[in-house]
Amino acid sequence: MSEQHTFGVDRLTVELGATRALSGIALDVPPGAVTAVVGGDGAGKTTLLRCLVGEVRPTCGTLRRPGKHHLGYMPSTSGVWRDLSVAENVAFAATAYGVEPEADRPRALLRAARLDDFSDRLAGDLSGGMRQKLGVVMAMLHDPALIVLDEPSTGVDPVSRVELWRLVSEAAAGGAAVLLATTYIDEAERASSLLVLDEGRPLVEGDAASITAAVPGTLIATATPTDRTRAWRRGTRFHEWRPDGASDSADSSAVTITPDLEDAVIIEMLNRRAVAS
Amino acid sequence: MTQLARAHGATKRFGRFVAVDHADLSVDAGEIVGLIGANGAGKTTLIRMLLGLTTVSEGTVAVFGAAPSRRTRRRLGYVPQGLGLWPDLTVDENLAFTSAAFGSQAPSTRLPEGLDGDALVGSLSLGQQRQLAFVCALAHEPDLVVLDEPTSGVDPLARAHLWERIHDTAEQGAGVLVTTHYMQEAQQCDRLVLMSGGHIAARGTLDEVLQGVTAIEIDSDDWRTAFEVLAAAQIPIMLTGQRVRAVGVEPSRVDDALRAADVTARVEVVAGTLEEAMLLIEQAR
Repeated sequence: MSEQHTFGVDRLTVELGATRALSGIALDVPPGAVTAVVGGDGAGKTTLLRCLVGEVRPTCGTLRRPGKHHLGYMPSTSGVWRDLSVAENVAFAATAYGVEPEADRPRALLRAARLDDFSDRLAGDLSGGMRQKLGVVMAMLHDPALIVLDEPSTGVDPVSRVELWRLVSEAAAGGAAVLLATTYIDEAERASSLLVLDEGRPLVEGDAASITAAVPGTLIATATPTDRTRAWRRGTRFHEWRPDGASDSADSSAVTITPDLEDAVIIEMLNRRAVAS
Repeated sequence: MTQLARAHGATKRFGRFVAVDHADLSVDAGEIVGLIGANGAGKTTLIRMLLGLTTVSEGTVAVFGAAPSRRTRRRLGYVPQGLGLWPDLTVDENLAFTSAAFGSQAPSTRLPEGLDGDALVGSLSLGQQRQLAFVCALAHEPDLVVLDEPTSGVDPLARAHLWERIHDTAEQGAGVLVTTHYMQEAQQCDRLVLMSGGHIAARGTLDEVLQGVTAIEIDSDDWRTAFEVLAAAQIPIMLTGQRVRAVGVEPSRVDDALRAADVTARVEVVAGTLEEAMLLIEQAR
């Protein structure tokens, strides 16, 4: 591992043609931790990641990143060659990074990903989850200081997702700075800190506890929300946000609750939409 | 309660491979049933049998009390993972086509806010495409709705809106069968069915399915050393923030490993997640 830098971006703006894909983004990606970028399709996650790895040139802003050899990147397409076997994919990536394919690290990573029994299988014949795991293994073969993973768990089933998260955890515990993109709050909650993007702009950022603590107003759980535009379903009940802090309700079973991260993000999105209109 | 769909001992073999092995499943009117499992667990094959897209090798499958057919398909709304929309047609054309295929009236359904009827579907964001796929699948007012990972890729607010639609559909009396990989979505379901290796491995509400599922949380100022020590002891672990989490091991094994390496940590048994429940089920296979 090279020296311990905090990587990231400052005042990052990216225009792609007439579209402003990212606007005023600041993000720290510290070593020894997992940082998550969260957002839906089109929020700007991929553009941010591609800037950081040098595949997109920012319109303005600064990038803090290591040299190519200390950087591991898995694109959203997983970056594996479908016509090569698992072993051939690893050998190819290892050679490109100057790592001996038969060295301990590639083998240990494949074992950790539970791919060691599938070395001869074509990557194109792997399940979605296995292919994503292979992509993650290939991105960290050379023990990079910064690992950037674009939606590694999309389409990945719960069991493979746990295995994937273990791989990522081990890299962070070993001192790497890990940045991953996800559309799921469940997953982002596991990261040390997160940045939620909405239409190319930062929506909320920090660790989960400080984000939920900063939610304005009150949140109530009720069967019959007063204002449906500020309410969303959570199982059998609604969560309704009251920006003015009121907690009264016609529903006698309504209770004030502490927002979780999912609630906090929805509230900020509602807030922003309300301000915009 | 009207039973809309029922699989009884449903089995599907492809050559010697058993994709679904004696699965029992039912969906009643007005309820949302979550189907959860690893890739390859048999979820999609089970759904395809209910839809009549593939036959059963053994056992029975009934939809609205009859074997799946074009007649039952007419009362069914389905949103596949790939959405099943035509990207080169407009929003209105997609709706008109779906309605024609189902022989239903041109839909009176109002388009969701922000969805332009003249826009080419291929030019829409994934979130908007998902909304449209819902509108198309629900336009003929089906009695049973099958959704395969309906909110994949959308932001939390769009996901909340889609789930609101799912709940509305169920409240109007339709039965909903939905596959998901995520706990937050599983919380939205009335009942869950967990599949593993073609079998139904567990069923019940989320609370019932998670009953007795525990994980071990290890909180240490020196979490990195704790992580290394536990990894070296071959204990299956992962990180949650800066805490280390282990599943499927005795707390004493964690304690012993940490003590042997002189790592000070608080070790606590905590409630497990749906993922951890699935992991334990897979390990037990």
